[in-house]
Amino acid sequence: MTSFLKPKIRRHNEPLNELGLARVDYEGNMSTLCAGCGHDSVTAAIVRAFYELSIPPHRALKISGIGCSSKTTSYFMNDSHGANTVHGRMPSFATGALSANNDLPTIGISGDGDSLSIGLGQMAHAMRRNVNMLYMLENNGVYGLTKGQFSASADLGSLPKKGDPNEFPAIDPVAFALSVGATFIARSFSGDRKQLVSLIKAGLKHKGFAIIDVISPCVSFNDHKGSTKSYAHTYEFYSKAVHADYIAPSQEIVAAYDEGEVMPVELHDGGYIQLRKLDADYDPTDRGAAFNRVMDSERKNEILTGLLFIDEKQPDLHETQNMEARPLNEIPYTELNPGADALSALQAEFR
Amino acid sequence: MSGPGLNDFVIKIGTVNGTGSASANGLLMKSIFRMGIPVVGKNVFPSNIQGLPTWYEIRVSGDGHAGRSGEVHMMVAMNQATYDQDLAELATGGVLLYDSTWPRPQLENRPDVTVIGVPLMKMCNEVVKAARSRILMKNMAYVGAVAALVDIDLAVIRSLIEETFAAKAKLIDSNMVAVKLGYDYVKSHYDCPLRFRVAALDKTKGKVMIDGNTAASLGCVYAGATFGAWYPITPSTSLMDGFVKYCKKLRVHEESGKNKFCIIQAEDELAAAGLIIGAAWNGARAFTPTSGPGISLMSEWIGFAYYTEIPVVFFDIQRTGPSTGMPTRTQQCDIQTTAYASHGDTKHIVLYPSDPNECFDFAVRSFDLAERFQTPVFFLSDIDLGMNDWMVDELTWDDNYVPDRGKVVTKDDLDKMESFSRYLDVDGDHIPYRSLPGTDPKGAYFLRGSGHNAHARYTELGHEYQEIVDRLLAKWESAKTAVPAPIVQKAAGSTRYGMIAIGTSDAAATEARTRLEADGMPVDYMRVRAFPFTDEVEAFIADHEEVFVVEQNRDAQLLNLLLTETNAAREKLIPVLHYSGEPLNYRFVCDALMKRIKLRKIA
Repeated sequence: MTSFLKPKIRRHNEPLNELGLARVDYEGNMSTLCAGCGHDSVTAAIVRAFYELSIPPHRALKISGIGCSSKTTSYFMNDSHGANTVHGRMPSFATGALSANNDLPTIGISGDGDSLSIGLGQMAHAMRRNVNMLYMLENNGVYGLTKGQFSASADLGSLPKKGDPNEFPAIDPVAFALSVGATFIARSFSGDRKQLVSLIKAGLKHKGFAIIDVISPCVSFNDHKGSTKSYAHTYEFYSKAVHADYIAPSQEIVAAYDEGEVMPVELHDGGYIQLRKLDADYDPTDRGAAFNRVMDSERKNEILTGLLFIDEKQPDLHETQNMEARPLNEIPYTELNPGADALSALQAEFR
Repeated sequence: MSGPGLNDFVIKIGTVNGTGSASANGLLMKSIFRMGIPVVGKNVFPSNIQGLPTWYEIRVSGDGHAGRSGEVHMMVAMNQATYDQDLAELATGGVLLYDSTWPRPQLENRPDVTVIGVPLMKMCNEVVKAARSRILMKNMAYVGAVAALVDIDLAVIRSLIEETFAAKAKLIDSNMVAVKLGYDYVKSHYDCPLRFRVAALDKTKGKVMIDGNTAASLGCVYAGATFGAWYPITPSTSLMDGFVKYCKKLRVHEESGKNKFCIIQAEDELAAAGLIIGAAWNGARAFTPTSGPGISLMSEWIGFAYYTEIPVVFFDIQRTGPSTGMPTRTQQCDIQTTAYASHGDTKHIVLYPSDPNECFDFAVRSFDLAERFQTPVFFLSDIDLGMNDWMVDELTWDDNYVPDRGKVVTKDDLDKMESFSRYLDVDGDHIPYRSLPGTDPKGAYFLRGSGHNAHARYTELGHEYQEIVDRLLAKWESAKTAVPAPIVQKAAGSTRYGMIAIGTSDAAATEARTRLEADGMPVDYMRVRAFPFTDEVEAFIADHEEVFVVEQNRDAQLLNLLLTETNAAREKLIPVLHYSGEPLNYRFVCDALMKRIKLRKIA
């Protein structure tokens, strides 16, 4: 059962956001995932990000495919329209939904099975269309619901709970996204709430396709010794490259670090994403350089995290399609009907 | 049986694809149409870009028959590779026109036909310099030769050429020169016109020559569809081409230059289905054109949309299956697939248009039905209807039309409600209310293809699950009264025989019925126009002792659907099946019916 209603408990003096909503107003049903599952931490980070951005829940869309991660759309924002769609096909559904109304902040939830095997094609095409959405790839290297088979993100040589080591190289979502054309590419870890919340906020505010590859360990099937997606392994090889903070249009940019280490990227809404480079040599606005750095970190077994690439200048799908600002689903029929006279006139060529 | 005679004959032109003959053939057909004579054009082309055989069949029918006749009276044999085949197909007493630039020794095979040689290439080579132009001009030269033989008005041909090349005046004269080459040569070497020829009539006023895909695309525009997604597949591609063309013409904001539509070429059919379902969930009228292979790929999504009650329209322009089949040849082979597409218990609304006018009308009705019943609707056409030009009444539009958007709750509605349940049958009509994202927190619900109850919550409880699927069935059954009713044509007297046809089988079936009745074999006729079948369908079968079911597939798909979905007795239904890939002709239907009827008379 994935849909236990969770009672809303309000506390005294609970902090409220600009809309007067508390964090609990962004919560959803009870999670039915395993205790300690990384995905629950990701869900909590999503709740926090939407709350802090003061997005009205009913004005957001949450869409997922199939799998443990995809179940989590039910665990946050009960006041949003949600859709748990078909395995590997969340991107097409989300793209269609956004085409009908581009005013709704959209978060897509997927996993490594949903995204990197059955859904690799759809994910790639959402990236190249630069669909204005945040795509969360909750990555644990295994199929949880079918009890522990390797997924396409399992590293070569990683050990399963039982049986032989993984024989095939992993598909790295970050390298993939860099090559296909996503315009906001990040990696994080379910155990790093602070970084994750910042990235989700920045990703939601980015105009275009944002992907966050979140290492989100599976406690039941992939958290043992020899697994490269376990909590222990992730903590050991965790490395932060670029921290990103979303700065609202009303806020001032405060540079707390030496010049060269802090870089503001202006957003379409007038706000900024402030990048704090923990690795001074890293340039997250250079796709080629980012790719080299990501490849280099893989050779070193380093799990490189943070906002690894951003390009705010590419047109998103709505712009490429030259669509009106007004959502398609709000255009009255009177403006869509060309009328009887037009129909008669255009048939001259058929006589 | 038919002709040949005055305004009653068939010309077939055999050429090689990629040589530009399509415009020449279209010109021939349209000239006849402009002379006020009803005409039918069938393009039989290969799944290839250049170099394989292609045919164009023009049936001149002063009586206005819309299907194929099944005979060829004049063969314009321009393709050496199919020469024997083309010669063999010609009816006794027919005329074969060939390019006598090259000798054709095998002409001796048919002493029962007249052979007319015209040195088309030779004449063109003498007056045209560029090699590519020579080939195009040779096409125009055979147009001239045919015009001389069957008496097509040269002034009509000229006016059509002038319209075509209005922007390139230079080409008007050069094309007319080529037409005249063929025309004059035939006039001076042969007795013209032939025994079968055209003579101006007044039967095409208020008519247009239009293909079904173009008409359907206009239907999408007029229905107010704003979102289309597709993966290119023959023979559905021209439907989206039409939608793109008319949206650019009619749907761009005058001042801002911005589009009031969104069209996405998907990466595959699976994505196309996902795209339209997402858009429809969010309140846009959305559709995808595809063909049988696309429906196979989309099936998973189709079940999702059915179960989650999302209104979308699938245009299936059928082609010959199974698998890749013959992609450019026609069949009615997706009748069963579309009726029950996807795994699990699924039943769909399917519309079966039979001419372009109905394509326009049914396209609009598809969106209304989809939104009223909150379910996928299938528009089942085929390549014959979709890609051939048909003569139909000019399309008309009622400016008072208001789209039936179905039960969509507004913010005001939600404000008045205690609570909102997406799948609750509030009105007892099996159709729940739906809310669009972004309207109001109270309208929020969670869409899922997994088991859900009336409140859109996950369930694995048998009774909750059954409540929804039972309602879906009742909802589908209630669509019987909303879909287009069948059209029945009764014979003058009473008859024990009935005939049922569907879609493009109609033209041949109608003609067969008319001719059989004239020969003293009356048959009542019903054309089925939608699934679920209305009560008239069952009544029609009940009213007759024997019912011929005419369709274009091997497995008698319509017949079997009738058996499954009505109380019809199996022994009553007699399959009449045509599935060669060529459009059905009336002779085939007549032969099948006569055989059975005569057999019974003898017995």
